[in-house]
Amino acid sequence: MPDLGFEVLWKGKNFARLLGGLGVALRISLVAVAVSMPLGVLLGLVMTRKHPATRILSRLYLEFVRIMPQLVLLFLAYFGATRSFGWDLSGEFASILVFSLWGTAEMGDLVRGALESVPRHQYESAAALGLDGAQTFRYIILPQTVRRLIPLSINLVTRMIKTTSLVLMIGVVEVLKVAQQIIEANRMSSPNAAFGVYLTVFLLYFAVCWPISLLAGHLEKRWL
Amino acid sequence: MDRQVILSYLPLYRDAAWLTLRLGCMGIAFSLLIGLACAAARYRKTPILSALAAAYIEVSRNTPLLIQLFFLYYGLPKIGIRTNAAACGVAGLAFLGGGYMAEAFRSGLEAIPLSQKESALSLGMTEFQALWHVVLPQALSVSVPPLMANVVFLLKETSVFSAVSLMDLMFTAKDLIGLYYSTTESLFLLVAFYLLILLPVSVAGSLLERRLRYAGFGV
Amino acid sequence: MSRELLAVENLVKRYGENTVLDKISFRVQEGETLVIIGPSGCGKSTLLRCINALEPIQGGRILLDGQEISRDAKSLPKLRQRIGMVFQNYELFPHLNALDNITLAPIKVQKRKRAEVVEEAMSLLERVGLKDRAYDFPRQLSGGQKQRIAIVRALCMRPEALLFDEVTASLDPEMVREVLDVLLALAEQGRTMLIVTHEMQFARAVADRVLFLDGGKIVEEAAPDAFFDAPQSERARKFLRTFTFETVKHQKIGGYSK
Repeated sequence: MPDLGFEVLWKGKNFARLLGGLGVALRISLVAVAVSMPLGVLLGLVMTRKHPATRILSRLYLEFVRIMPQLVLLFLAYFGATRSFGWDLSGEFASILVFSLWGTAEMGDLVRGALESVPRHQYESAAALGLDGAQTFRYIILPQTVRRLIPLSINLVTRMIKTTSLVLMIGVVEVLKVAQQIIEANRMSSPNAAFGVYLTVFLLYFAVCWPISLLAGHLEKRWL
Repeated sequence: MDRQVILSYLPLYRDAAWLTLRLGCMGIAFSLLIGLACAAARYRKTPILSALAAAYIEVSRNTPLLIQLFFLYYGLPKIGIRTNAAACGVAGLAFLGGGYMAEAFRSGLEAIPLSQKESALSLGMTEFQALWHVVLPQALSVSVPPLMANVVFLLKETSVFSAVSLMDLMFTAKDLIGLYYSTTESLFLLVAFYLLILLPVSVAGSLLERRLRYAGFGV
Repeated sequence: MSRELLAVENLVKRYGENTVLDKISFRVQEGETLVIIGPSGCGKSTLLRCINALEPIQGGRILLDGQEISRDAKSLPKLRQRIGMVFQNYELFPHLNALDNITLAPIKVQKRKRAEVVEEAMSLLERVGLKDRAYDFPRQLSGGQKQRIAIVRALCMRPEALLFDEVTASLDPEMVREVLDVLLALAEQGRTMLIVTHEMQFARAVADRVLFLDGGKIVEEAAPDAFFDAPQSERARKFLRTFTFETVKHQKIGGYSK
């Protein structure tokens, strides 16, 4: 059996450290999710308003944040904020900030899409039954929107988790950084550690994201 | 911002953008091929291939490109598979994109009713002829919006190429920030060049989508 | 007597526990028009789908000119070329115009010359009165026009037998006639046809023979006049009664004026 570098993981607390790194990545994404879900719903509601100024502004925000690679946004926050405003953001704070802004934009677009996907005649038949605007929204539109939205927002969570791997690039010590440190520290005793450790990180991400994707897929099939 | 600095950086960014585009397009081309093959295997329910394709799609969609690249670039040489950075970048992008493209093709194939295939079969076509002449052309028009979205997504994902020391836009920006502390100019050019690459693709995507919607086949 | 073209022997079709066709046997002579009628869910559409091997069967066999039609046969595409099928919902290919819909299979499957196929397609289109719609896409055509194109598409393969699966069931009432007229003309030409329909007057006019299917079995098999004037079974009588209405007006008047 050739040395594939897995045994490094069982030395000392290496595996626990790796999991700790994964914990950092998950913490960043969960905080960002918690911030961006309510803000995204708000943005989505704003975007369906007819008012031209709010429409254009929200649209611009959304398009810019969505078209830029998340890594560029991270650079802008991490390096740019220091330069322009003299804020010295920690890598983790910059990450949470960027993922929240990005998540808000994505969530806003999902909410807008879900609201607009409710067919016109649903409003008409609600009106024909004598429901007023608020009642129509509460009893007819909202339930349909929420069903459409939940699987899509769960998917957004997996995207968020996968994207947190990028925070390595602005110096946050997360799972991939920990992996690098472990490989570096053991380069003499197990020269092939890069294979086993990176494969493990790969599988860890899969183990986290796959069940969430399955859940989203399951709900989508049931509700759409 | 210093105009002089920006002008002197331009050639560096131009070369970096060219690298991003070249590797990006190659990766996307491969991902389209992989995606089409996987979607066809799933659609035709080819015994073993279909299960393999399903597993691959799940893995590629549920892991980040950065980790895939680290494994390809730093991990594989340890078991004797030597590659260079550019090949890793293209392979990683193709591996990631293949899963997404497969899903885009699948959504198109599933949108075409089974009766269309039956009608082709009843005209004496083989399974392959029915897929090629009847189902696929219709499925493609349904798949175009998600396919275009994937192209934009994959071009954005190329930004992690710098992690395997490819001199792309991110690499250039980080380098210049580190060397000369010209943060504002470097970041400005970074954003500008990504907009230059991504905006046309994104706009073309929405135009195409609108056209297809108007031309909607509608049975 | 002409030769026997199609033979169905002890055909059994099940969906799980549910037996849809239960040992069906019949034969069709060349040039014969066979009309299959029966209540919804009696299995008549399934029967046509089995004949074209679109459904797997659980028993019996189907022979075209002595050759077995089976889903496993390598020759299945070849056999299907000899049988044309027209569906309830037209199933034209929406990405092709009418002419390309018609010529696709003759060119790609039968490898015939394009010019020759186009010529044949145009003359067939002329016969159904749609020559000027040859370059229209399906979405630009009415239901009746689409169905006539679908019939031409089947004819252009020069099939030996034609299967019609409730071809007027999706049409607006005023368009039913234009499609049925095409079928009548085909019967007159001596085409071999199996027609599943709910149009009783049309069935009587076009049929050489009527099969009445109920509960997955052939309940009656008769000449059209005999079947419609004097059905033998109670089930057929009950089925035919659902197509007639008795006036209710005089009873109402009677009811009010004690």
